[in-house]
Amino acid sequence: MYFTKELIDQSRELTKKWEDEVRKIVGTAPDQKTRRSTISDFEIKRLYTPEDIQDNDFVRDIGAPGDFPFLRGNHITGYRGKCWTFRMFSGMGTAKDTNRRWHLLLKEGQTGLSTAFDFPTLMGYDSDSSKARGECGKCGVAIDTLEDLLTLMEGISMDKVTTSMTINPPATVVWAMYCAVAELKGVPLSKIGGTIQNDMLKEFMAQKTLMCPPEPSVKLISDTVEFGTKYVPRWNTISISGYHIREAGSTAVQELAFTLRNGIEYVEDVIQRKGLNVDDFAHRLSFFFNSHIDFFEEICKMRAARRMWAKIMRDRFKAKNPRSCWMRFHTQTAGCSLTAQQPYNNVVRTAVEALAAVLGGTQSLHTNSLDEVLCLPSEQAVEVALRTQQIIAEETGVANTIDPLGGSYFIEALTNEMEEAAWEYIHKIDDMGGMVAAIEEGFPQMEIADAAYTFQKQIEMDEKVMVGVNKYATTEEPTIPRVEIDDSVEKEQIKRLNSVRRRRDHRAVRRCLDDLKNACKRGDNVMPFCIEAVKNLTTVQEICDVYREVYGEYRDPGYY
Amino acid sequence: MTQRKIRVMVAKPGLDGHDRGAKILARCFREAGFEVIYTGCHQSPEQIATAAIQEDVDMVGLSCLSGAHRYLFPKVAELLKEQGANDVIVIGGGIIPDEDFKMLYNAGLKAIFTPGTPLTEIVEWVKNHVAPRS
Repeated sequence: MYFTKELIDQSRELTKKWEDEVRKIVGTAPDQKTRRSTISDFEIKRLYTPEDIQDNDFVRDIGAPGDFPFLRGNHITGYRGKCWTFRMFSGMGTAKDTNRRWHLLLKEGQTGLSTAFDFPTLMGYDSDSSKARGECGKCGVAIDTLEDLLTLMEGISMDKVTTSMTINPPATVVWAMYCAVAELKGVPLSKIGGTIQNDMLKEFMAQKTLMCPPEPSVKLISDTVEFGTKYVPRWNTISISGYHIREAGSTAVQELAFTLRNGIEYVEDVIQRKGLNVDDFAHRLSFFFNSHIDFFEEICKMRAARRMWAKIMRDRFKAKNPRSCWMRFHTQTAGCSLTAQQPYNNVVRTAVEALAAVLGGTQSLHTNSLDEVLCLPSEQAVEVALRTQQIIAEETGVANTIDPLGGSYFIEALTNEMEEAAWEYIHKIDDMGGMVAAIEEGFPQMEIADAAYTFQKQIEMDEKVMVGVNKYATTEEPTIPRVEIDDSVEKEQIKRLNSVRRRRDHRAVRRCLDDLKNACKRGDNVMPFCIEAVKNLTTVQEICDVYREVYGEYRDPGYY
Repeated sequence: MTQRKIRVMVAKPGLDGHDRGAKILARCFREAGFEVIYTGCHQSPEQIATAAIQEDVDMVGLSCLSGAHRYLFPKVAELLKEQGANDVIVIGGGIIPDEDFKMLYNAGLKAIFTPGTPLTEIVEWVKNHVAPRS
């Protein structure tokens, strides 16, 4: 029991009295809206009282920071011991262009790197592929060979700064390049730290950087987990991501449930396929959430996520190491909450979302730039975004105490409710035979599509408000400077790629690709073969073509 | 004889995977009474043009948020023309800077819709500008 019976009785009495008053008031002055709900359409009550959390058991459900169920955070000292990492997602044009932006961000006080790749790299195509026409360097940095990654990492201390890389189907290839660059720079693999996103299951339901079917995709992920466990102990070999699920239009509960269920699928595969013990690798699994505009819902989602993962680890996988129960996560503010109209308002949205992420206890944070709905961020815009985090961290005082909202009737009740709704989804997917089976049936895809459509309808009906879009719209729009990636980037990158192709040892490339293909067919871990191949200047596409050939190619079935 | 319904194809050219808008629009067109074909992500301009002709659609709606619209949209329009399907109306949507509108109209696109456009406005445009071929 969280409260004594006496207190609950007193609360019930007071609440009843208050309810009588409310009824009188709304008789003459009715509420502006009959129903209030979160942006995910989760209904919110007028008032939360001790009765709403009377079933909570303090030790079991709340506990202390750094202790099971980790509701109040993984770390005993919270942000007082270590502030979250300021990690801005960044990538544009060529490796040289991106390296320049990274050095600027580090100079301005960023504490971790995060890489945005362009679409050809994300999908495992070279810059000169016919499929890549018009895309090179547009949404991120173009990487074709090891030489590009060397340029990208120029002047960066790989044993000091951690690097996150948003890469999924070609994660093995790009990670192999990172490992090879570290070796060339004389940094041992045991010293490098960072994250590859490497979460394919959510690609089938959102983001949609696709290559091979779900089954072999999961196998490649297990290869990286095994390789990391043995040789790259400071690396997060996966970032199990709800971010993109949410951007695709899911509700907060769907984001929570599908992300955790994806995590379960990966853990099961590593245990079964690789024979590892859960405590050997679970502490290197990381997560990634969206922080949307509905303030309290986001805070509760993140708190619930930590508690749920701890229970999954302890109860489902029998983890013994408390660190296996830690849900460590990065957060990005919601790109989909930003508006092209009145773009300066986006600074405010991002600040609110960043604050929610901090109150939810994130370990790492990207804050969107005001212009990201229109183009890649300008230097001025990214500086405001980074400063937003720094103001929250160093001026507002919100990081002074751990989980400051813990114990609030509303926060704890909503955390419980979201957890309960997420378990329902997880059990349903268990019953379907797991996430791969659910994806093959189109289940998460349709759930997300339904939620996205419902939200859009609510906007159209003015049931939900987007300032500057369906309310307070203005006809005159301010013009903001727009970053443009010139089409010449494509030419320059192709020239660079061709020069590598001319210089490299063709027989070695052929041999590496054959070795990789045989390894894939045998079911061996591909990582050592990838590292050997990228060192011999094999391109991203050449390796991915081997995967496509051996494992087959997956096409978006286009659920809507 | 009853008139044929407006038949539209919503297509995602290129490597861009931002399909939230395209899928919402596909559903919205269906609710408006159109016959809808949605291609899914990652279609080449050639695949889109061929499918549009095979499916005998009255309109193709292209969605791209990656910045590759400058190559992809005109390419689809050009391929349709080359294959004698000049009467298929092509419209586009996504993150399209104002500066690119003229180039896209010159390439044969009939309308461009950017973020924040109400769905009803797009549906109305289609009803007013696309007639089902008999």
